[in-house]
Amino acid sequence: MPTLEIKDLHASINGQPILKGVSLIIPQGEVHAIMGPNGSGKSTLAKVIAGHEDYEVTSGDVLMDGESILEMEVDERSRKGLFLAFQYPMEVPGVSIANFLRAAIQSRLPEGKELEVTEYYQQLYREMDRLGMDRSFTSRSVNEGFSGGEKKRNEILQMAMLKPRYAILDETDSGLDIDALKIVANGVNALRGPDLGILLITHYQRLLDHIVPDNVHVMANGRILRSGNKDLALELEQKGYDWILESAA
Amino acid sequence: MNTDTESPVLTGVSLDNLNNRFPHWFSEERSAAWSRFESLPMPTRTDERWRFSGINRISLQGYTTSLEPTHKEIEEALANSAKVENSAGRMVLVNDHVVLREETERALTKLGVVWIPISEAVTAQAGILREHFMAQFTGLGAEKFAHLHRALVRDGVFLYVPDNVEIEDPIENYYWVGGRKTAVFPHTLVITGVNAKVTVVDHYFGLEGAEDTLAIGVNDLFVGDGSAITYISTQFWPGKSLTFHFNSTILGRDSCAKSLNVHLGGDFNRAESVSHLTAPGGRSEMLAVTLATGEQEFDQRTLQDHQQPNTSSDLLYKNTLDHSARSIFSGLIKVEPGAHRTDAYQKVRNLLLSNDAEANSMPGLEILADDVRCTHGATSGQIDPEELFYLKSRGLNETISRRLIANGFLQEVFGRLDQPALADKLGSYIEKKFDLSHDPKKT
Repeated sequence: MPTLEIKDLHASINGQPILKGVSLIIPQGEVHAIMGPNGSGKSTLAKVIAGHEDYEVTSGDVLMDGESILEMEVDERSRKGLFLAFQYPMEVPGVSIANFLRAAIQSRLPEGKELEVTEYYQQLYREMDRLGMDRSFTSRSVNEGFSGGEKKRNEILQMAMLKPRYAILDETDSGLDIDALKIVANGVNALRGPDLGILLITHYQRLLDHIVPDNVHVMANGRILRSGNKDLALELEQKGYDWILESAA
Repeated sequence: MNTDTESPVLTGVSLDNLNNRFPHWFSEERSAAWSRFESLPMPTRTDERWRFSGINRISLQGYTTSLEPTHKEIEEALANSAKVENSAGRMVLVNDHVVLREETERALTKLGVVWIPISEAVTAQAGILREHFMAQFTGLGAEKFAHLHRALVRDGVFLYVPDNVEIEDPIENYYWVGGRKTAVFPHTLVITGVNAKVTVVDHYFGLEGAEDTLAIGVNDLFVGDGSAITYISTQFWPGKSLTFHFNSTILGRDSCAKSLNVHLGGDFNRAESVSHLTAPGGRSEMLAVTLATGEQEFDQRTLQDHQQPNTSSDLLYKNTLDHSARSIFSGLIKVEPGAHRTDAYQKVRNLLLSNDAEANSMPGLEILADDVRCTHGATSGQIDPEELFYLKSRGLNETISRRLIANGFLQEVFGRLDQPALADKLGSYIEKKFDLSHDPKKT
């Protein structure tokens, strides 16, 4: 089965180790959640997989369908089928969502092949409708002046349009009220299927009420301390992170 | 002058030949301007008005003027002078010769609008032309070259919009240059009566194979009381060119001007732009977009001159610089005594795409009145690496990502135009410039 495999991954920033041997296997078709306290290395894991240049991988590997992606550029990883939904999506002033996504999809087409524009807009509007996004969004600059909820919806819109094989959702629930959370969760659930593996990073259990994971992993101090099924999240909710930290110690 | 006056620097210049085409007064002024051109010194480093400027790149050697365009050149120019969808008309010039004047369904003539070549206006509209033609020099340092323009201007576009006439659709003028070492002196003069409205677009381009042009352009706007003029120019002169552009806007009572200058072409380029707010209630919006690549230099000098109370001006210049390109911005907001309740704004933003690019900003204020609001600011920055990471994480490679960001940076200015068709056209020029600058043959 095709997987995104993280093998004993060690990474540091400015010489400071953050990831201290993370191992995880996310098969296509499954949703894995990573939970953990602040500073546990969850977001670092997401950025390292995506290829952020501030982080240095000191050992270990990340394999997408058996192929190491660590030597690949950020954009190449994306074109290979990896997607990162940002915790804090960046503003891109003056670049409309429609043009941005068009360029991103165009980058996936073979050289010389032009995007089918009519088809593109049909798909874009369909996905926007699903996420309850007004069509005027297409001409707005990417994330500029967006509310927290709008930014997160825009991330899921991009995910829907780019059709990744593996998606990492970094704190997609942060900054959302319950209504926005439901819309975003519905958007993600609509994309679930046998061709997509999802790594869901979250601090709170509440997201997992709406996007029910197949597996839950608890991360602290740069390591996965415990893995289990969705009930692990509930247990964490009741007992807090200290329980895991203590039992690990 | 009895014989052809051969200039020591420009070949083929014949004031007498040109004089035959023009009435006496026009020729006299032409000769006087030539004398002033000759008597004024070339710019020097010690002149504050040329501070930071690469004046060693200014040489007038070896240019030829007034070349008659060939059939092939005219054909090429016409084929590439596309009108925007809602165009009111287009005039096309090649090497300062008017080769086409095409009005959409006589819409302008029916309204009493006068839109004719300057070579006709000197007789047909002698009174009004004489009153306004180069009546205001920018006075920002490059007078020598403005006088050269006055001496050698051959043709151009004269536009007069009478009282209470509003034209929604843009009027477009295309100025083409062909050949090597050709000198051109494009001139657009726009005058409105009272409560009139018009949009004028100038395009400055080189024909295939054109290179090393000397272009000295003037576009003056006289905005009548209660009138509104939108003026847009795109400077896309060919490579290696030496260019000067002078833009003076004179605003009447409760009038409104919006000018946008897009700077893309040329090698060394000096642009001087002035707004004189000569009556209460006037408002001038001064916009510019520059995309500088290779070793291009864009030297921009501006003046927001508030002479009367309750006037406002809003300047926004955005420069994107790549490779070892340079820009200079020197802008002054001047509030004259008695110009109370002036509201003036000046903002310059530079985006540096390379470590070798250089942007110099010198904003300035001179306030001689009370109760005014003036703000200015200049910023320079590079692309935020997190923003770049975001774009790349969507599959866009480094080059495309940077281009999107740089393009987006400039879009803010185009957004100030309430003319989507024109904004699209300008956007396509920017794309073309990006394509050229990434073509290894051209850099």
